[in-house]
Amino acid sequence: MRDGTIQYVAKNMRLDLRLIAEMIPEGARVLDIGCGDGALMAHLANEKNVDARGIEIDMREATEAVAQGLAVIHGDADNDLAFYPDGAFDYVVLSRTLQAVERPREVLRQMLRIGQHAIVSFPNFGHWEVRLKLLLGGRMPDTETWSRPWYETPNIHPCTILDFFALAELEGYVIERWLAVDERGLKAPWKRSVRLANLFGQQALFQLRRK
Amino acid sequence: MNEIAPFPEVQHQRAVLPEGLTLDCGAVIRPLAVAYRTYGTLNAARSNAILVCHALTGDQYVAERQPVTGKGGWWEAIIGPGKPVDTDRFFVICANVLGGCMGSTGPREEMTDENGVPQGRPWGTDFPTVTIRDMVRAQKKLVEHLGIERLLAVIGGSMGGMQVLEWAATYPESVFAAAPIACATHHSAQNIAFHEVGRAAIHSDPDWKGGRYWEDGRIPAQGLSVARMVAHITYLSEAALTRKFGRRLQGASALTFLEDVFQVESYLRHQGSTFVRRFDANSYLTITRAMDYFDLANEHGSVANAFRATPTRFFVASFSSDWLFPTSESRALVRALNAAAARVSFVEITTDKGHDAFLLDEPEFHRALGGFLAGAAAALAV
Repeated sequence: MRDGTIQYVAKNMRLDLRLIAEMIPEGARVLDIGCGDGALMAHLANEKNVDARGIEIDMREATEAVAQGLAVIHGDADNDLAFYPDGAFDYVVLSRTLQAVERPREVLRQMLRIGQHAIVSFPNFGHWEVRLKLLLGGRMPDTETWSRPWYETPNIHPCTILDFFALAELEGYVIERWLAVDERGLKAPWKRSVRLANLFGQQALFQLRRK
Repeated sequence: MNEIAPFPEVQHQRAVLPEGLTLDCGAVIRPLAVAYRTYGTLNAARSNAILVCHALTGDQYVAERQPVTGKGGWWEAIIGPGKPVDTDRFFVICANVLGGCMGSTGPREEMTDENGVPQGRPWGTDFPTVTIRDMVRAQKKLVEHLGIERLLAVIGGSMGGMQVLEWAATYPESVFAAAPIACATHHSAQNIAFHEVGRAAIHSDPDWKGGRYWEDGRIPAQGLSVARMVAHITYLSEAALTRKFGRRLQGASALTFLEDVFQVESYLRHQGSTFVRRFDANSYLTITRAMDYFDLANEHGSVANAFRATPTRFFVASFSSDWLFPTSESRALVRALNAAAARVSFVEITTDKGHDAFLLDEPEFHRALGGFLAGAAAALAV
């Protein structure tokens, strides 16, 4: 989901990453899954004295992060989380990647096994534009967020905000915080209603813990 | 192959440690000589030292002309002023391994008894069995001799990477950062098998004479050369061989079926024949054995156990076409380090150059290693 529409702000960090950074307290132990070039990790390490580790599937980005001195390994959420010990981290972050993993439910389980809290963001397939395009056009939606054709999208497990609430319920996770944001990561005003958020939010951001 | 220039006599810089070293096998080496080279300047806080560990046939001449061969240092691609291992900033140490043949105590050096009394003959095959951990203990003694308590980093590729892992497992408080490159936590059955072919070649050379070839000044050149040729194939990838040589012939454009020589054959023969002028056969036997014995999991119960609660930060790198120490081995190491909650970075460099890639011009690797070392230096305010 790191496409050309990403908006950069001061310190070269995406707005949605800034939102995540705000959720993480000083001095925490953090694992950033899909850390890209390590922008969030570097920010957390510099500004909040966080012990940040990262996993990145793209070799070029992983090398970039390592070359900055960050503790990043080339790997992926589906295959590498199982090797971390229980409770190794305070926060495990999965940003805009849940819809692209092979086994999202297992990845969430692993995140909450190795971390106290999980912070997950994903593009909302329940957004009105997606619904309208499928309803009226009868074709897979092609929007700013869902911009790749069905036969080559990496997003093999799209879900809606309501779907995610249902999975959290099924797995017995406590939703500590959630919000729906637009594509640039700006907080949206419909956060009091899940149904409205599911209609108008382009991206969802959740913080979970085990019961 | 019959006319072999004698092994040139060179004076190596050495630390001779009278207290000696007790080996894993129980034998005592006394005194212990460690041949070494240094580059750059040790700072006042003694906090900028980086130890480089060499591979099977490497030596301490890591960043300068090798006095025996006259060739450049084997890791000049990364070590030197302004390079990833910046000698303007870091104090770089490289020691010849225990059992080697460039001045450290080994089969080619004069044998001593347990009291350190010289026996007037080389150790030869009487040199005791050594392990990678013995090599590391010898290096630790050198590092202490140089007045350094903690190394900023220990780095090395292949067998050098094994030593890096052993350093971090044995002396965690003395290693701030560790970079095991293109290696594994144990020698695989396939690795051992290739080594055994090399050893068998040496053993079957009539000039080896049960290891006592030093008695009449001959060397088992044919056997050692074949050992090198086999090993050299394992250092390259099929793609690299194809790119370099393909099916091209030496000095001919078409097959004649009369003593045709493929370029790859000629290349291997050259590798073999130059190797015997700089390397001792008994050293080769000793060091290949040490590599075969290496198994961190066996030493510590599991690889993760070896690094439990380690304060050391790690940088692991593998190369995509390396089939001697494939990426899967490095990934297994990374997972064990994750299980031990160690701070670890890992990259797999895409290249067709095979195992040898760690010695060659690989800009992505150099950038990643340089960044890792710079990060470690920054963390220690070096």
